[in-house]
Amino acid sequence: MLAAIRNPYAGRYEPDILPFMEALNALGVTMAERLLALLGGDPKRVEGYGKGAIVGAAGEIEHGALWHVPGGYAMRRVLGDAKAIVPSTKKVGGPGARLDVPVTHINASYVRSHFDAMELGIPDAPRADELVLALVMTTGPRIHARIGGLKASEIRGEDGLR
Amino acid sequence: MKAEIRKIVVVVEETRREMGREVNPPTRKAVAAAVIRNPFAGAYALDLEPLMVIGEELGGLLGERAVAALGVKPSQIESYGKGAIVGENGEWEHAAAILHPRLGKPLRAAVEKGAALVPSAKKMGGLGTPIDVPLGHKDAAFVRSHFDAVEVRIADAPRADEILVAVAVTDSGRPLARVGGLQKHEIKGEDGLR
Repeated sequence: MLAAIRNPYAGRYEPDILPFMEALNALGVTMAERLLALLGGDPKRVEGYGKGAIVGAAGEIEHGALWHVPGGYAMRRVLGDAKAIVPSTKKVGGPGARLDVPVTHINASYVRSHFDAMELGIPDAPRADELVLALVMTTGPRIHARIGGLKASEIRGEDGLR
Repeated sequence: MKAEIRKIVVVVEETRREMGREVNPPTRKAVAAAVIRNPFAGAYALDLEPLMVIGEELGGLLGERAVAALGVKPSQIESYGKGAIVGENGEWEHAAAILHPRLGKPLRAAVEKGAALVPSAKKMGGLGTPIDVPLGHKDAAFVRSHFDAVEVRIADAPRADEILVAVAVTDSGRPLARVGGLQKHEIKGEDGLR
């Protein structure tokens, strides 16, 4: 699920950018809900997640970092208190820039079958004064996963790692 | 099985200015990438153990090369990440076999410690495919100033029967980091998270 939005800090150095982090919470929840609906609507079916941001040319990489808290909060809320950190990538790029968004298990980062990634982008975004925000959810492990390690059936789900 | 390496590429990205302001000291990322022959290109193999062995070899080799490119002591490395691109005759899972079972241990040795998960990305692609290698603090995954990524691309790789394997390290977080959260001087570095 991708959104292209205006970057309120494009073109200038703004020391305090945290107000916009707050402002992204509602968008995050909307995107997470729509993404879940696309996968059938049952949060129990979602097993992996990730997030990312592409900052348009008039922004700075730090503007992409504003997505960490709202993006993670939104998916955890929609999926019912998922425990694991949401893996992420970010970059500065022009329209059509592609981003590889990493994916890991929602309750235990070390589940080896769920280490994955998805390439995303929008042909006409981000324009110079825009941000592209991305959320990814998956419904299972990698296809033909067979390299051992911690299994989803073995997780304790307490610390978000194992 | 030893990796049959066609090419190694090492890149250092040094950011001196951001949004018109000086970044002092500059933030630096190094990527070391190897292009190897995929021993399983073109056929399904159930047991991917040889790729796990190759992953162990490359974790040390690429980790050391990346640290050397920054010219710092291993203990001065602050964040890391890894990624792989499988050429079109290979399988998605081949990237996983290289990256996940054994690459991390020698990489951690190359950067000293490394209590945190090594973040990763993987994909399939043809010549010149770029990959965004995620970066996270090596001892505490929640350090917010160090969530980042670095794009890697080799114009003539991966060929159909090759795999591109990349290791990235930094001696710094993002330039002008200012979105709060856990700071690097606050970490305990025990559980890999905080």
